[in-house]
Amino acid sequence: MKLKLSSTLVAATLACGAGAAQAQISDAVIKIGVLNDMSGLYADLTGPGSVVAARMAIEDFGAARKGMKVEIISADHQNKPDIGSTIARTWYDTDKVDVIVDVPTSSVALAVNQITRDKGKAFLASGPATSDLTGKACSPNTVHWTYDTWMLANGTGSAIVKSGGDSWFFLTADYAFGHALERDTEAVVLKNGGKVLGKVRTPFPGTDFSSFLLQAQASKAKIIGLANAGGDTINSIKQASEFGIVKAGQNLAGLLVFLTDVKALGLPTAQGLIFTETFYWDANDASRAFAKRFSEQAPRNNYPTMVHAGVYSSVLHYLKAVEAAGTDDGTKVIAKMKELPTDDPLFGKGTIRADGRKIHSAMLVEVKKPSESKGPWDLHKIRAVIPADQAFRPIDQGDCPLVAKK
Amino acid sequence: MEIFGVPTQALFGQLLIGLINGSFYALLSLGLAVIFGLLNIINFTHGAQYMMGAFVSFLLLNKLGIGYWWSLLVVPLLVGATGMVIERTMLSRLYKLDHLYGLLLTFGLALIIQGLFRNEFGSSGQPYGIPPELAGGQNLGFMFLPNYRAWVIVASFFVCLATWYVIERTKLGAYLRAATENPQLVQAFGINVPRMITLTYGFGVGLAALAGVMAAPIYQVSPQMGADLIIVVFAVVVIGGMGSILGAILTGFGLGVMEGLTKVFYPEASNTVIFIIMVIVLLLKPAGLFGTQK
Amino acid sequence: MSANGTANAAGNNLIAQRVAFIVMVVFLLLAPLVVYPVFLMKVMCFALFACAFNLLIGFGGLLSFGHAMFLGSGGYAAAHAAKVWGLPTELAILFGTGVALVLGYFVGLLAIKRQGIYFAMITLALAQMVYFFALQAPFTGGEDGIQGVPRGLLLGFIDLNQPLAMYGLVMAIFLVGFVFIWRVVHSPFGQVLKAIRENESRAISLGYDADRFKHIAFIISGGVAGLAGATKAIVFQLASLTDVHWSMSGEVVLMTLLGGLGTIFGPVIGAAIIITMQNYLAQLGAWVTVVQGVIFVICVLAFRRGVIGELARWLKKPL
Repeated sequence: MKLKLSSTLVAATLACGAGAAQAQISDAVIKIGVLNDMSGLYADLTGPGSVVAARMAIEDFGAARKGMKVEIISADHQNKPDIGSTIARTWYDTDKVDVIVDVPTSSVALAVNQITRDKGKAFLASGPATSDLTGKACSPNTVHWTYDTWMLANGTGSAIVKSGGDSWFFLTADYAFGHALERDTEAVVLKNGGKVLGKVRTPFPGTDFSSFLLQAQASKAKIIGLANAGGDTINSIKQASEFGIVKAGQNLAGLLVFLTDVKALGLPTAQGLIFTETFYWDANDASRAFAKRFSEQAPRNNYPTMVHAGVYSSVLHYLKAVEAAGTDDGTKVIAKMKELPTDDPLFGKGTIRADGRKIHSAMLVEVKKPSESKGPWDLHKIRAVIPADQAFRPIDQGDCPLVAKK
Repeated sequence: MEIFGVPTQALFGQLLIGLINGSFYALLSLGLAVIFGLLNIINFTHGAQYMMGAFVSFLLLNKLGIGYWWSLLVVPLLVGATGMVIERTMLSRLYKLDHLYGLLLTFGLALIIQGLFRNEFGSSGQPYGIPPELAGGQNLGFMFLPNYRAWVIVASFFVCLATWYVIERTKLGAYLRAATENPQLVQAFGINVPRMITLTYGFGVGLAALAGVMAAPIYQVSPQMGADLIIVVFAVVVIGGMGSILGAILTGFGLGVMEGLTKVFYPEASNTVIFIIMVIVLLLKPAGLFGTQK
Repeated sequence: MSANGTANAAGNNLIAQRVAFIVMVVFLLLAPLVVYPVFLMKVMCFALFACAFNLLIGFGGLLSFGHAMFLGSGGYAAAHAAKVWGLPTELAILFGTGVALVLGYFVGLLAIKRQGIYFAMITLALAQMVYFFALQAPFTGGEDGIQGVPRGLLLGFIDLNQPLAMYGLVMAIFLVGFVFIWRVVHSPFGQVLKAIRENESRAISLGYDADRFKHIAFIISGGVAGLAGATKAIVFQLASLTDVHWSMSGEVVLMTLLGGLGTIFGPVIGAAIIITMQNYLAQLGAWVTVVQGVIFVICVLAFRRGVIGELARWLKKPL
């Protein structure tokens, strides 16, 4: 997908002015920009698969039948906020993109969130984790889909404490995301009567966690909480297995784990890992059908993660809202998306709150033992369902300026 | 019993882990020191060659079914050979110029190699299992030591010792050291100096690749694995003394231990401690701890 | 390191440079009508950064492998001043430059004592320490960086959110910085610096305090790099870790090498080429790194004078 750089300044100014003023589809095309990590740490859990998911949503919406022209463009932000914000800015200014979707990596998402707001476009965040997107950084132009750090902390944290894991030791990736995850999970553990025996900040990114795992072992905590993601999580789990930590009786709690991470680790290493997600391909017939269609088109025939499902669901709802509102003006469409209840085969029925938070239920899952798995992607078993009204942070606790204080 | 709030048992465990990491630093800085000490080339490509060592082992295993033990022998030879090609075709043209051009060339080569591997394999890590003969571990009381990690310490110690011996105590090593000081004179004695230089560069690169093979089972095999490591290894070599083989080995192991201790008491600084030490050493002893002013 | 284009006092040798300068100004005035202004502003910021770096390597003979620390610290300081302290834009940029100057003073104190490879290693080590400081310090926002930096009002009334207003400011800053470096190079100070580069012991025997000259050059170089970083932070409304990472230090070396070490206009052309290439090849992902590596290798082996250096040789006039 090409990034066009040159355009006449005059034409660009006219187009911006026209798009905002008229209640019509700008340039007669709805242009969707899928911005994520195409070649790095997160390429498998988002990456080109998200483009596939977006395309499937456009087909299922029936854009062609309805006479609406929808185009997709995509780019790699390499997990860097400066690259992501430059692409977003160029897309909005010169490439006439109307909505940006996905954007994993919270630092990039926050930057895109700000630019989208400044330019009055739309941002469907199905990739990032930070709960600040519906908190202090909430915006009338952004909907936060799929998951966030509060949901992960509460889902995984409280479930584990309630099932007996009441003493914790944290391995925290030493950057904003890791700190946020540790803070939210610690709060949940303490609230449910558990104890935090210690925490250690691991330099980010890290390769060798052996000395930190040793400290976790020495603490004798029942649960070692991994407040990290991606390569850090995979490395800590692999090395924990090497040092016999799980065999010696402690359990690992992955606070942000995706289907593709489990696949990369393999069942022998990952078995018994407990975490929370909001979509699993084998949950019901609708999700299975989606997964089959998805994997036929996805790179290496991978199965969809919850981020891919979030892209599908958010794009579908966005298109419905554009149709209902008769415009692709970002602020108006997002407002319409909050008006209409959501309904799609992957997340079921749900709503979008005033702070931009998409509400749906979540699942507590455990990684199967190798003996329990009957197929290459048969990796999780669902232990519990967290109902939608409990899964996410209550709207009045987020400090979102868009929400009137009672 | 506790030292600064940390139980001694836990401390010993951390020191042992530090020694394991130190083995990699020692092997890598040894290769760099050999190349700089004997050839006056600053080999920025070292990190990429370490990565190539790990990747070639991965490819040998997955495409040709060649396992770890053969890789230990074959991979350094293969990657060392590519190093020799680089030296013959490109580096040798720069010897008459300022050393910094060599640094820039090897920096550019590192970018090329890393970029190519990233294109081919993406940035996520490839799995490489621990060889079954070395699986499991010993319970030492104060910690559980995986067998493979114990092997890493022992193997790198022997490789370092052997290299040091050859360079400092044998005739071949004497020729090498003489050739650095006065290539024309040594060549006048009938020794093929350019060929020795090529072989020495290949040897240094082979050491990097060996470190890569040993790293594959425990660190992620990814195109980025050498990039941030190389900066640390440079610091080690500078601290040890740019031309000193012994300095590189001792500083490498020493740094691993220092880093291990920092991880216990102040983990956030564990990435920076090496640079702080480097600045201090350079101010007090400009040629490094074991180096001689060149 | 040797450089070409030594200015001799003859006035007609400067005509080529003056003509080139006028061409550059005219281009910068007309280009925003055709090219996306934000892209041009990025090129100008990096061109200024490369010019600052070139002062040290091309005219001072000192290869700093950690120059990103000035770009980044200038950027973080200006971003913080504009966003958190609410300083007006021009003061924020000045503050960023000031922080870089101070950093240059202290780093220079440590680094100037060494030469050649040791100098490069010390600057690299100190830059890594700045990187890890930026990673840890609460006010830099770690991985997030400082986001949402306001463009603000210039002099209290010019709204910099208008692309042309911002462009005008960046162009003015770039030209001021560029001309400043040009003047420094052609001043007596610059002449002594070049003398020190050519033969330090002889310069010392003539009575010049070599260390002091090198230190001042280092401070100037760091300060202008900080100016570039501060301006960039305001343009993109973001200061992030990329600006202090060692790969950024490597990039500025590449830009200057490609453009021509020791030439006045080389860094500008080098920055323009590299930034343009990065933009057009962005969708090819890691190929950008490969191409940059190939350019490095070719430049070192066969093209050491760089684009402007070769052009200057052909014209037989310094550029």
